[in-house]
Amino acid sequence: MGKTLFDKIWDAHVVSSKEGFPDMLYIDTHFIHEVTSPQAFDGLRKRGIPVFRPKQTVATADHNVPTINQHLPIKEELSRYQVDMLTKNCKEFGVELYGLGHPFQGIVHVIGPELGITLPGKTIVCGDSHTSTHGAFGTIAFGIGTSQVEQVLATQCLLQSRPKRMKIEVNGKLKKGVTAKDIILYIISKISAAGGTGYFVEYAGDTIRSLSMEGRMTICNMSIEMGARGGLIAPDETTLNYIKGREFAPKGEAWNKALAYWKTLYSDEDAIFDKVLKFDAADIEPMITYGTNPGMGIGITQKIPAIANIVPNEQLSYKKALDYMGLEENTLLMDKPIDYVFIGSCTNSRIEDLRQVAEFVKGKQKANNVTVWIVPGSKQVQQQAIREGLDKIFEAAGFALREPGCSACLGMNEDKIPAGKYCVSTSNRNFEGRQGPNSRTFLASPLTAAAAAVTGRVTDVRELLAEPELV
Amino acid sequence: MATKTFQYIQSSIVPLSVENIDTDQIIPARFLKATTRDGFGDNLFRDWRYDANNQPKVDFVLNDPTYSGKILVAGKNFGCGSSREHAAWAISDAGFDVVVSSFFADIFKGNALNNGLLPVQVSDTFLKSIFDEVYKNPKTELEVDLEKQTITILATGQQEKFEINAYKKACLINGYDDIDYILSQKEQIEVFEKARN
Repeated sequence: MGKTLFDKIWDAHVVSSKEGFPDMLYIDTHFIHEVTSPQAFDGLRKRGIPVFRPKQTVATADHNVPTINQHLPIKEELSRYQVDMLTKNCKEFGVELYGLGHPFQGIVHVIGPELGITLPGKTIVCGDSHTSTHGAFGTIAFGIGTSQVEQVLATQCLLQSRPKRMKIEVNGKLKKGVTAKDIILYIISKISAAGGTGYFVEYAGDTIRSLSMEGRMTICNMSIEMGARGGLIAPDETTLNYIKGREFAPKGEAWNKALAYWKTLYSDEDAIFDKVLKFDAADIEPMITYGTNPGMGIGITQKIPAIANIVPNEQLSYKKALDYMGLEENTLLMDKPIDYVFIGSCTNSRIEDLRQVAEFVKGKQKANNVTVWIVPGSKQVQQQAIREGLDKIFEAAGFALREPGCSACLGMNEDKIPAGKYCVSTSNRNFEGRQGPNSRTFLASPLTAAAAAVTGRVTDVRELLAEPELV
Repeated sequence: MATKTFQYIQSSIVPLSVENIDTDQIIPARFLKATTRDGFGDNLFRDWRYDANNQPKVDFVLNDPTYSGKILVAGKNFGCGSSREHAAWAISDAGFDVVVSSFFADIFKGNALNNGLLPVQVSDTFLKSIFDEVYKNPKTELEVDLEKQTITILATGQQEKFEINAYKKACLINGYDDIDYILSQKEQIEVFEKARN
């Protein structure tokens, strides 16, 4: 019987397997950042042991960092201490750090792929749930807790039970104004924020194949928002073209050897999945969320569902979510005035996202009632945007291109949405208070966010797109 | 290194009948700046527990003296979202030994188990029975027996078996540590690495 892509990679990484025990899984690459690693390094110190394979861990500072004046010391004391601690730990344990000021610094899930560290067939973990992003390259990549960060630092292995496998197929041509972000928000709205729990997802179908690597990363990134541990996409020409020539990608003979392996990375035709879901791209319109989990999403022209249509034992939580958001059941979200637009996060802060926003806002002006933050995913994305003149386009439109970091996705630094304010955000979570205490988040694509920035309200971007070819 | 153990508990409970409680609610990101594992309990459910002026919200269950105990009972899909282990640390630090729900997010479940905090997954109907009983009588007690893998509502005698990985069960009961276990097989890791190169 054939194997799924997931099982091929998993099986190639099992160091030992014993009945009743989790598998001992070998981890090829471990990314760390300042927030979930200090207690793990502390654990190593208490045990008196080193990092087992320091060359297989890469660190960056992203969650806490300011997104303006990064050349100055971090003002906020606790953030500065945590970032300093990362620097100290990396030095002491011999781990490569792309910290503030380094040309490779950025959001951990943006820099891994752009540096060619993320490669097909690898196992990758990080103390961050959006590690699923790297699955876009045909890798098994997932988020772990700090105890597990310590485990991987100490042993380069992880005790892990094999999850179930799900295949999600999307086929057909995407409509005007519909992007990868809309696909994944649509899928989550259909299967709920818990619909993927216990599974590892493989995304397939011709719509997925037609996406760029950036789009695929957006899809895999949000796998965790349906509860799935991770998501992956079989590598193809698009993947190889993206990887080739990147800083740490294999070169010469090593490239040929890698290529031979990568060509075996697909699910066999007779492979069996525990669950298969199919969606039609033609059914998807630009999406937006109205509630306080990513499953609470609707097409931009649709109404917020009536409470009576929610299963009885979840109606209270549903009502609580609408109250928090200051919204009414059975109403349109369209035309709702907004206060902030955040374009950034490991979901949508890559150069393609910024290009798309720039192309849309070129010659347009930001609405007066809106504050717009554009936060590039990495130093390299920022530099590329400047080289392409995108910063000038943003400036002319009244937007600000900031410096890289996680920023308003989780409001650990100063970039917080004030209480009660509405933000159209390209990030991944609309949880209560996620972007700042009592902030209210509408998740959407970069295009929909850009449209809201220009009109000052929730907008159907299709009405502002002149050419169907734009997307 | 020995870790926190768990075998058995009988306790009253703190009910939180909300679905999809994410780890940002359990411990908001702005409180993740500590570099040790201690003290997160003070900020457990921070924004549900305190208003903008840091005054306790009287209608939130953790501020209601009617309910107390070492078992937190919550609606389905508990612990979804961020992988922050601080969520498990905060619950543990606030004095809970067990969390009961009808469904747990994967990463939270693993984090809890790695910190001696037992996640007990029950059926939707059993969860409803717990909520019904505790709202009738706030002193309602649950018994959780890890060895037998049972959870019981003492007042009614209703009981369910719960699942747990045999290895993780042994770790919790005996305080075994994952890293010690893996390091005991270090040679195998090195053999694996050589075979791949």
